[in-house]
Amino acid sequence: MSENTMEITLTVNSEKITKTVPVRQHLVDFLRMELGLTGSHLGCEHGVCGACSIRVNNAVVRGCLMLAVQADGADVVTVEGLTETKEIEDLQKNFVERNAMQCGYCTPGMLVTAAELLRTTKPISRDDIRNHLSGNFCRCTGYHAIIDAVETTINNRLKGR
Amino acid sequence: MKAPKFNYIKANSLRQTLELLDELGEEGRIIAGGQSLMPTLNMRLSQPNTLIDINGLQDLEGITLEDEIVRIGALTRHIDVAQSSIISEHLSLISKAMPHVAHVAVRNRGTIGGSIALADPAAEMPACALALGAIMVVESLKGRREITAEDFFKGLYETERKSNELLVEILIPVESPEDISVFMELAQRHGDFAMAGIACLAQVKDKKFKNLKLVYFGSEDKPTLAKKTIASMIGRTWSEDCCKTVTESLNDDLNPMENLQGSSAMKLHLQNVLTGRVLRTALDRAETQ
Repeated sequence: MSENTMEITLTVNSEKITKTVPVRQHLVDFLRMELGLTGSHLGCEHGVCGACSIRVNNAVVRGCLMLAVQADGADVVTVEGLTETKEIEDLQKNFVERNAMQCGYCTPGMLVTAAELLRTTKPISRDDIRNHLSGNFCRCTGYHAIIDAVETTINNRLKGR
Repeated sequence: MKAPKFNYIKANSLRQTLELLDELGEEGRIIAGGQSLMPTLNMRLSQPNTLIDINGLQDLEGITLEDEIVRIGALTRHIDVAQSSIISEHLSLISKAMPHVAHVAVRNRGTIGGSIALADPAAEMPACALALGAIMVVESLKGRREITAEDFFKGLYETERKSNELLVEILIPVESPEDISVFMELAQRHGDFAMAGIACLAQVKDKKFKNLKLVYFGSEDKPTLAKKTIASMIGRTWSEDCCKTVTESLNDDLNPMENLQGSSAMKLHLQNVLTGRVLRTALDRAETQ
């Protein structure tokens, strides 16, 4: 079978993009290889590790479990986009301060997943933070520091800082 | 790894989807949320000739309540089921099961129809469907037919749905006000595949079980109603004596599959322990209701 391709048009980090892609290419390979957005990482490539977490149409998804052609017409935001808009600037700062990244491989997925929690208008328990991040593996096992950083960010935002 | 080559068709109507299924037969695979299919594609465990993407069929999404029946469109995402007030009000068992359905990023995309049509033995929704007496509505070019949960789940990833049929909606009778729902599962990490789990609906009178449904999943090849265990508990309350009865009856009701997560004996033990917890929880909830 020859390589089937399809033209897609989508928004990535606020930029409209039209490209022809192989239909079997998953979304993170498209972002990394076609667009050079290497912030989204591939760990397991079967939906277990969470390193490839990205935001599609305002919801966090596993980028490896979605085909690029399925993102036709979608609004995709990666860790690069969240960084540019400064939406998670405080979270990133708290990750650094709390040393919540060691090797850094899981960090983009952690940040994109945690970004959903930052929209909360009421306090969130550590257990709820843990549950929310349960789909993201940190092989350096730095979970406590990651949860500290997310908790600090949420608390500061609720205090209006 | 990367997915093998396949043809990809984005369906734009139900009619077109059914025509494609009819034409392609086993060669065509439906992709909805893709949260189970994509991993098997990436690992090349499945090599479909053609993927039929139904994510554009918005008519298959949504939850409505009519005449004491909740209709859930097959393409409804787990997150929308979890946040639905109709579900939390009338199908509390599903609400309790939802936090166990994978992780947030998977719930945002995975669908209830996909979970039921795939019939993964560790999945929560098939067990809830059986406990709640759900009816699966499948459609082909020949028309619609309704299949009860008892008939629908036939074995490991095996259902009554034929290759030319699409699961379009799930009909679930609302819980009775007397029903107490309990959902428990054991997994290595919260949100991972269950090693053992129980979906339970109970009615309790004077601290004794009047009606009981115990559906076991995770350990069996399909969601399994434990008939002997249920019969042994009707008219009784929980006491230490029950441990022996339940252990014996579960041994007859269940036939756990061995896998990387544990032996058959270990899973039987886990289900046994969970049974006690589930039944005690049901009685406690009856007290406080």
